[in-house]
Amino acid sequence: MANTTASVIRTTERSDALRAAGVALLLGLGLIFLTGFAYPEVIHNAAHDTRHSLSFPCH
Amino acid sequence: MLTRILSVGLLAGLLAGLLIAAVQHVTTTPLILVAETYEKPAEASATPPHSHQGADAHEHGEGWKPADGMPRFFFTAITTVATAVGVAFVLMAAMVFAGVPIDERRALAWSIAGFVACGLAPAAGLAPELPGSAAGDLVGRQLWWVGTAIATAIGLWAFLRADHHPLVRLGAIVLLLAPHVIGAPHPHELESKVPAEVAAQFTALSLVVQALLWALVGIGIGLLWPKFAPKSAG
Repeated sequence: MANTTASVIRTTERSDALRAAGVALLLGLGLIFLTGFAYPEVIHNAAHDTRHSLSFPCH
Repeated sequence: MLTRILSVGLLAGLLAGLLIAAVQHVTTTPLILVAETYEKPAEASATPPHSHQGADAHEHGEGWKPADGMPRFFFTAITTVATAVGVAFVLMAAMVFAGVPIDERRALAWSIAGFVACGLAPAAGLAPELPGSAAGDLVGRQLWWVGTAIATAIGLWAFLRADHHPLVRLGAIVLLLAPHVIGAPHPHELESKVPAEVAAQFTALSLVVQALLWALVGIGIGLLWPKFAPKSAG
């Protein structure tokens, strides 16, 4: 019984961690897309030197 | 958990990004400014003065951009910090997905793998380039870059996990090589107006800056993760 409870808690913790990781992954990819890949000219020009410096394809 | 990942990511990304912005300011940015002096005459001659379409396109290309000096440094610093925060989020998400405990040694090891996936492997096909360098179609190169980074990241993970079956590891090697067998989209003419010495120096510096960024983000995550442990666990 104690084992079951512990494993239920562990499963809940794990699914909570996976959900948090999913959100963090989307946020992180969104940020990298904006700074490294997005086409709007204002974003491109603001991020220009960073894109070159970190070797994102720029032009 | 989400608060912990976001707090550590924001802080590690901010610290790493600010340090890298300072490094960029004295390494890569001066070379970009040198390269732009070679790029401008080419742009002017590429736009036929009598073509209305060409003139419009040229005007469009002259939209807002940060002025040279402090504004340019400021925007470069902001976007570098944003990239570093993004890298930190993705790195921690990957470690949580893989079920790897986050500590100093592992965070640094994963960040080095991240640099191999997003820095070294794409650079093998598309060398970090300066403005004015000859280059193929942008969307094609971006797609190849992203595909290579994802394939290399999954390939490294599948190959380096000790408990993986030899067949999985064989598949990992195929995945690691595939982007390079397919090949990056390259320009038809390998012509650049930037002197080779400047371009070579930039390529090397860019890889060093990227390696530093990933390593600093990894070190930051490793150091900060225990500090944001939930109270009940401590």
